[in-house]
Amino acid sequence: MGYRSSVEILTEWDIVAARQLGRNEAKEVGFGTVDQARITTAISELARNIYLYAGKGKIEIERISEGGSYGIIIIASDEGPGIPDVRKVMEDGFSTSGGLGAGMPGVKRLMDDFKIDTVLGEGTVIKATKWIR
Amino acid sequence: MNLRIPILKLKDCLIVSIQWELDDQTALQFQEDLLTKMHETSARGVVIDLTPIDFIDSFIAKVLGDVISMSGLMGAKVVITGIQPAVAITLIELGIRLEDVMTALDLENGLEKLQRELEA
Repeated sequence: MGYRSSVEILTEWDIVAARQLGRNEAKEVGFGTVDQARITTAISELARNIYLYAGKGKIEIERISEGGSYGIIIIASDEGPGIPDVRKVMEDGFSTSGGLGAGMPGVKRLMDDFKIDTVLGEGTVIKATKWIR
Repeated sequence: MNLRIPILKLKDCLIVSIQWELDDQTALQFQEDLLTKMHETSARGVVIDLTPIDFIDSFIAKVLGDVISMSGLMGAKVVITGIQPAVAITLIELGIRLEDVMTALDLENGLEKLQRELEA
């Protein structure tokens, strides 16, 4: 496991803290400005979802490397209500918060790999990976 | 911690330069401040410059889109300027379309565009 840093999401201010951490990590790992913006935006969306739907949770950022490639994984975890219909939240334009949030398909497009693990009543873990090209 | 975004008046226009990363509260406060200032000054146009901003998430995009619609209701036109390449790319990938929004490369072009719109 690579170097990991994290921010607890409890308030709106923690969304700002999480994306600042993400931007710094992305910069240090060596991502260019467009990828830094993608990663920062993805973290902002994931952190906001935690804040809106689960109330509290955590954003972790892990540095990864494989066969000479470098990247990061964003891990967004919460112990909220879980997602009842994962297929539905992955549809473009689906949102239960009244138009707030571009939703999961947007985050998926910003990143290279995207995985949701969710259990109703127990919580959700989302892992989104980005590699330096 | 909650800094307000300065709104400047120039003739019948308002000029806003967003200089730092917006948190949710600052963005919402800005929405209210801009509409209030518009009402007080009878401004007919607004330029919002985003040159220093290096990312926009769906929340900030929604606040911006809303304030443009709200300004329209009050009879004012808004031009957004200085969107960076990285911001344009991530907004579209995220699936956000700021449709029917007037944009320009920079503040100077934005003011010219606004003047032409107001004279038309």
